[in-house]
Amino acid sequence: MKIIRNRIATAVAGGVAAVWLTLGVVAAAAPVKADYPAKVGKGEGQLNLVAWEGYAQDEWVKPFEKQTGCMVHRKYAGSSDEMVALMRQGGGGEYDLVSASGDASLRLIYGGDVQPVNVKLIPAWQDFLPQLKSPPNNTVNGLHYGVSYEWGPNVLLYNTKKVSPKPTSWDAIYSDAHKGRITVPDNPIQIADAALYLKAHKPNLGIKDPYELTQKQLAAAVDLLQKQRPLIKKYWAQASDEIELFKNGDAVVGAAWPYMTNALQKDGVPVADTIPKEGATGWSDTWMLSAHAKHPNCAYKWMQYVSTPKVQAEQAIYFGETPANKQACSAMDKIQDGACHKFHLDAPSSYFDQIYFWKTPRTQCADGQRDCTSYRDWQRAWQRVKG
Amino acid sequence: MRRSTAALDFNPAQRFLRAASSVLWRRPRLAATALLAPPMLWFVLIYLAALGILFLSAFWTVDDFTGEIVHRWTLVNFETLATSETYRAIAGRTLGIAALVTLTDIVLAFPCAYFMARIAGPRLRATLFVVMLLPIWLSYIARVYAWRLILAHDGVLNWTLHALGLPAADIGYTNTAMWLVFSYIWLPFMITPIYAAIERVPGSLFEASADLGAKGLRTFTKVTLPLVVPGIIAGSIFTFSLTMGDYITPILIGGPGSSFIGNVVYSNVGIANDIPFAAAFATIPAVVMVLYLAAARRLGAFEMM
Repeated sequence: MKIIRNRIATAVAGGVAAVWLTLGVVAAAAPVKADYPAKVGKGEGQLNLVAWEGYAQDEWVKPFEKQTGCMVHRKYAGSSDEMVALMRQGGGGEYDLVSASGDASLRLIYGGDVQPVNVKLIPAWQDFLPQLKSPPNNTVNGLHYGVSYEWGPNVLLYNTKKVSPKPTSWDAIYSDAHKGRITVPDNPIQIADAALYLKAHKPNLGIKDPYELTQKQLAAAVDLLQKQRPLIKKYWAQASDEIELFKNGDAVVGAAWPYMTNALQKDGVPVADTIPKEGATGWSDTWMLSAHAKHPNCAYKWMQYVSTPKVQAEQAIYFGETPANKQACSAMDKIQDGACHKFHLDAPSSYFDQIYFWKTPRTQCADGQRDCTSYRDWQRAWQRVKG
Repeated sequence: MRRSTAALDFNPAQRFLRAASSVLWRRPRLAATALLAPPMLWFVLIYLAALGILFLSAFWTVDDFTGEIVHRWTLVNFETLATSETYRAIAGRTLGIAALVTLTDIVLAFPCAYFMARIAGPRLRATLFVVMLLPIWLSYIARVYAWRLILAHDGVLNWTLHALGLPAADIGYTNTAMWLVFSYIWLPFMITPIYAAIERVPGSLFEASADLGAKGLRTFTKVTLPLVVPGIIAGSIFTFSLTMGDYITPILIGGPGSSFIGNVVYSNVGIANDIPFAAAFATIPAVVMVLYLAAARRLGAFEMM
């Protein structure tokens, strides 16, 4: 996800990854088996993180270093794919932890790049939202490949002056009422948004999970997106792109993160966001432990630390997202009045359940059939959509 | 006495260096090889080997889920490219816009270069050079973003049109916008070689042409243009290849349906992790450029660079 997707840095990392991969760096291509430590031992003095920009801020990193003696070395990644590449480079083990989003986590698990984490050693895990204790994006066969961190929905953002009445359906971005003033993310995972819309509007396609699409269902989603293309002003690549489009009046409605709503409202642009009646896709991030971690004790200490209410609250408010730890509510309100409500941590679980969290599309569907479409199919399909 | 023993009393390291230098002096070819070896090694290892691996990997595929490269020879990547309408359209768009930008820059650059080389005095010429090169001092990204602000819905362009009572131009985030921005960004790379070419034409040729009764247009078509063509070709190598290889401007300025070959390569390397397919697509601009450069060499463009 997120804010500063530095395209160029990603390309450079991609180039590095290209060289590594073509030189034939081979990873064990199966989920790693559990090899739990009995308890968290003395810190190794170092910790190497791959994180989203804004996920390892000094406000909570400095106290951690002081408390544990683990010196934190950060590497910010601009995209899920860069994260996967970084965790694989050099045979893995250069980094101990990664803050992977749901569209990367399964790739890391099945690629054998991350190892199961003993959640008994993370006390705050007990206080997590029930849905985030063993979510399918980081828990496979009952093994937890990391601990959930923060989450948020992909919302429908609109200009309150130009769009009325208030939109209640994703129709707003698929119908020509706002032709040429619509913007959606430039990301293959956007196909899931189309699938979610079709799930509600074309039930005879039989879509159950927007991330598990058969060839026929994928074709239907692509068809919808191709019809949407002439309505689009721009496919946005970075959060700042969308903010600019709304500021300059180039877009009046679009798919967005709550982050953009906050940023635009702060600048006085008349916008609001909503989760339409069809539901929404969303992201859910996980701190995952490298299969070849060189500093496992410090890594466990970090996972314990960032799961505590205070850090979860600081992270949520810094970024504009929601903690996994439901005890973080009062800590959020202490930092910013009403923040707990603003970021929906006090929302009923029905709020959470209307969000379909990102996960990597795989050829094997949940029912064991192998007729689903893979991420690569999605990526090719997305290219066809963009033309 | 002391002095002469000092001259003979070299320490072993000095003696070795002396011996080596006299060997190299006697065999100049060996000296040249020693000097050239490091850069050649760099060139072969880093540059050619990387290209070689890139080309080889185009014949491999990637495991769908784990993202690992499957080292089995196959033409499937090239097949996908050849049969898919999308990729053909993208290749066509990339080459088409690159050609259009090149033509635009030739038309814009020629009068500028001619004025600078033939008409402007030395002072004005220096000023013009600075003005022309000034944008290159700025970051590429800053210049592209500036254009985004100019062409936006509420941007400078529409604001100006509105003030003049004209209808708004909705060209932000379109292929037209990309054409404008590319033409602007690469213009200095066209002016410089054309200027160099015009400056090399001896003034006496123009006088001779005039003495023989040729008017302006005839002098231009029969004297100036043929002599300046290598400069134009040299400039076109820059504008064409730089446009063809770009992927940032399509992201920032382009709208729906503005992907370039570079964007597909980027998303396959950076998003899908499908390096073999990216490599296969990347061979298209490489082949186009090899053909282009071969043609340019025949037309004498390299003497202008």
